Amino acid sequence: MSTTEIERQWTTRLRKRAAGKLPPEKLLPDTQPAYVSSWIYVFGVTTLAALSLVILTGFILSIRGPQWWHSSSIGHFVNSMHLWSVEIFFFAMIVHLWGKFFMAAWRGGRTATWMTGVVTFLASVGAAFTGYVSQTNFDSQWISTQAKDGINATGAGSIFNVLNLGQMLMWHIVLLPLAAVLLTAVHVLLVRIKGVVPPFEEKTGATK
Amino acid sequence: MSTKPFRPDVDAPEYKGKYAPYDIIREGTIAVIVVGLLVVLLATLFGSPDERAITIKTWSNANPIDFATTALGEMNGSTITAQYGGPYNTAAPGQNLGPLKLAQWAGVTIPVNTVRDFVINPLSSVPNDPDLKLALAQWKGANSAQQTSWVSNYSKGAAKMTWSHGLINVPATNVGPVPTIINKLTQMARSGALDQALVTGSGFYTTNYTKPLLFVADGTYLANLAQKQHLLGSQWGMMNETGSYPGQAWLWLYTFWYQVTPFSTSSNADVQVSALMGLLSLLLLLLPLIPGLRSIPRKVKVYRLIWREHYSA
Repeated sequence: MSTTEIERQWTTRLRKRAAGKLPPEKLLPDTQPAYVSSWIYVFGVTTLAALSLVILTGFILSIRGPQWWHSSSIGHFVNSMHLWSVEIFFFAMIVHLWGKFFMAAWRGGRTATWMTGVVTFLASVGAAFTGYVSQTNFDSQWISTQAKDGINATGAGSIFNVLNLGQMLMWHIVLLPLAAVLLTAVHVLLVRIKGVVPPFEEKTGATK
Repeated sequence: MSTKPFRPDVDAPEYKGKYAPYDIIREGTIAVIVVGLLVVLLATLFGSPDERAITIKTWSNANPIDFATTALGEMNGSTITAQYGGPYNTAAPGQNLGPLKLAQWAGVTIPVNTVRDFVINPLSSVPNDPDLKLALAQWKGANSAQQTSWVSNYSKGAAKMTWSHGLINVPATNVGPVPTIINKLTQMARSGALDQALVTGSGFYTTNYTKPLLFVADGTYLANLAQKQHLLGSQWGMMNETGSYPGQAWLWLYTFWYQVTPFSTSSNADVQVSALMGLLSLLLLLLPLIPGLRSIPRKVKVYRLIWREHYSA
């Protein structure tokens, strides 16, 4: 096999492209610009940490099925951890979002980073909502029968039936977590590729 | 050679300053440990709500008149479900957003006939009850006008409905098999059999609770319990959950619109609020591309607080 032939392979080209965009020192950096020294940066990594705990506790709840936590004290505790990790996840993500807004973090070719962050937030809202209607308790009865009107009014209720436990559970444990995790991965990789947005340059007249 | 002018809300200056050591793995590990400990602490201190789901059995035993009134409403077409429209039936056009009749266009994809699905079909599954068998035969043998007449006559006396000795009594005449049907359905509900009949109507296995949830939501029992838990729409219900828990606090803006005019008084509030939230979400998504909006961070200067060490250097 000639060198030219190897160079033309899809795999070779993809590897070179990935390595060019995201060399190891960018993927796992050991230094960062000195301006990255604010408490606001904590909320990005807190969001990721909370997400990992949401997924972990969700995995544990999945082992014994959707109704285990009603009859087991251990299951109820894991459910409580699932709930509070979700609450921390959203709190941290929303503070992170506001922080990035006030930094205008889309500057310098980071529009896709902003957009993947927003879509991740929306997917996470859907993931949490489908979790609330899949609890198989009074909350899920009430929230689903109320929410159906908002969704049905848009026509989406014709394919997204919040009263169908099986459908909602599938969205909650497969489709939306997968979307949220994949989007988060893309978002983090974009941050690593583009770096953390620098401060506004005031000396050059960037601000009045 | 020409260079594009620097756009402060789009372009970022090239950073030529200092770099500091950064251990990303250590930071991530510490974050997981700290958040994990916080989650364990919150779960230990506060737990999570788990109010038991109500059943048609508990509803009909707690308030047989409300159940029977709802069952009658399913027969005379006065319940929310019977008058809903898409995706359940064609009883109403559904909400519209100006000229857009989204619910109507989406059509009936989850067909629900309240008389058939909530009353007649479940009763038809009851074995060994000659009175019921006779009543159902009379009902099924009558034409639509006769059925409507019986139900209408019975409904006229429904305001004086009483419950005594395990029977629903309504002072009304020329009502055909309707009293038997209502009483047998109430007995079926109180035994727990209706809960099962509504979910197993389409087979042994099911994960779809659309019919029992619609039926339960048509009565007042569920709403009364929800009101006690501060879960009604007027109580910011969508974002709350039972007990003193934060619930889906991130839905505050969505819920907020329902509390203010024109949405609080609009018959199309659901689709209007959904459209507004869709528009706001789109604005948030496209914010970097929208002149004016994308300049807000630079003009409000909150970034000076965030990067205060950088600017004070």
